[in-house]
Amino acid sequence: MKVEQVDIAVVGAGPAGLKAARIAARAGARVALIDDNPRPGGQIWRQGPTLAPAAQLRQWLDETRSLENFVGMNGTKVAAAPGSKRLLLERDGAPLVLAYSKLILATGARERLLPFDGWTLPGVTGAGGLQALVKGGMPVRGERIVVAGSGPLLLAAADTARRHGAQVVAVVEQASPARVARFVASLALTPAKLAQAVGLGVACYRPGGVVVRAHGSARVDAVTIRVRGREETLVADRVACGYGLVPNVTLALALGCSTDERDGAIHVDDLQRTSLEDVFAAGECTGIGGMELASVEGALAAHAALGIAADARLVRERDRWRAFARRVAHAFELGADARAMQSPDTVLCRCEDVSIGEVAAHANWREAKLQTRCGMGPCQGRICGEAAAVYFGWPCTAARPPFAPVRIDTLIAARESAETPVS
Amino acid sequence: MDERVRVVIDGEPLTVPAFTTVAAAVAMRGVGGTRRSVTGEPRAALCGMGVCHECRVTVDGRAHVLGCQTLCRDGLSIETLR
Repeated sequence: MKVEQVDIAVVGAGPAGLKAARIAARAGARVALIDDNPRPGGQIWRQGPTLAPAAQLRQWLDETRSLENFVGMNGTKVAAAPGSKRLLLERDGAPLVLAYSKLILATGARERLLPFDGWTLPGVTGAGGLQALVKGGMPVRGERIVVAGSGPLLLAAADTARRHGAQVVAVVEQASPARVARFVASLALTPAKLAQAVGLGVACYRPGGVVVRAHGSARVDAVTIRVRGREETLVADRVACGYGLVPNVTLALALGCSTDERDGAIHVDDLQRTSLEDVFAAGECTGIGGMELASVEGALAAHAALGIAADARLVRERDRWRAFARRVAHAFELGADARAMQSPDTVLCRCEDVSIGEVAAHANWREAKLQTRCGMGPCQGRICGEAAAVYFGWPCTAARPPFAPVRIDTLIAARESAETPVS
Repeated sequence: MDERVRVVIDGEPLTVPAFTTVAAAVAMRGVGGTRRSVTGEPRAALCGMGVCHECRVTVDGRAHVLGCQTLCRDGLSIETLR
């Protein structure tokens, strides 16, 4: 069984992880950067067949990839955290144990995907989901697309779809027009963000609305939306709906890091230290805040892991972006319409085809899982657990390993690795 | 960026740009399913980023491979709606 030893393991190759890994590797530490996607960049700098790497990613690749003390592990899943300071990984179907002295969690965020009638039809994706798929080469030219849900990501997703030839029929935002207007006015305080928002502005932006149902038999052909009390059905080839982002904290919870009860984010102190010694966290797993915040947090986490003082400027920059993140969170807080429970026969758990009504009959998440199998499929409740948290207020619980479906060989290796010394 | 690779999806050959994901290649045939749910409904990629597992397909005979996290390579055989 192969055991690899590094000084600093970084999990997640988005803006936070890339920044942390670069600083740590350039300081001379032996660094491993682990990510489950085939190529580095995370969601924001996702590379694809038609996309050259973003300038910041290209710079990172130039400066970091060739360092001898840097190991990039793409297409690599973290299966478990067995024993002290070890991660069980699966790469190309083969197990690998990584032993580390310090760990930086930069596991990012996923979309909050809330059920609606017809959301299991092919053609329904997340909003960020659509963007990721298009970046991966999915053609949308000539398609009519309704983007819905909440947050600035909707405009970014709509922009990506449009630039790839889709006709964006509507962008339906659950936040009220008043909240959106206040938020846009407040952007004057951060010009870069304002420019971004204006550049993405679309005439079909519909605040105060939600998706009610997607229509179709084998795929989506129309979608009914409700904007400020009025229902309307639009012809659509795709519906891309996501209600903001949720921190990815599966590994953090399994390690025992403390998290925030309210937003589920990993607790960190001013130096990006988690509640566990030698475990640091940066980026959206510590709270949703965008690429700039993630990047500066990654820098601070690297400094803390290396045991060197960070420039006070970095701290100020982080605090500035955090203030911006709070404004975004307030403006796009989920309202009653977005949180409203859907009809009992709407599928809640897509892995096991369990309806909202079946789950609602139980007192808590554990009971519902035991009786209905909801949350027990391949996604391990990452999708339906969030919906259950919104509808029933059930807290998300720590996942048991393996954190993702892995091969049985990998699990056998996990057991063996407990007895294997570091080579 | 002009490089192309040839894959086979459900027996049909398809040429796609290098670095296209398997999920994207499947979608090139039109909006349709990648897998069948436990009650037999067709399902397709939802999250696009390796979380939801809806895009899983059989790749080179191996079941449950995530299409959104797998890149097309020359000769790759993809089977959907298993």
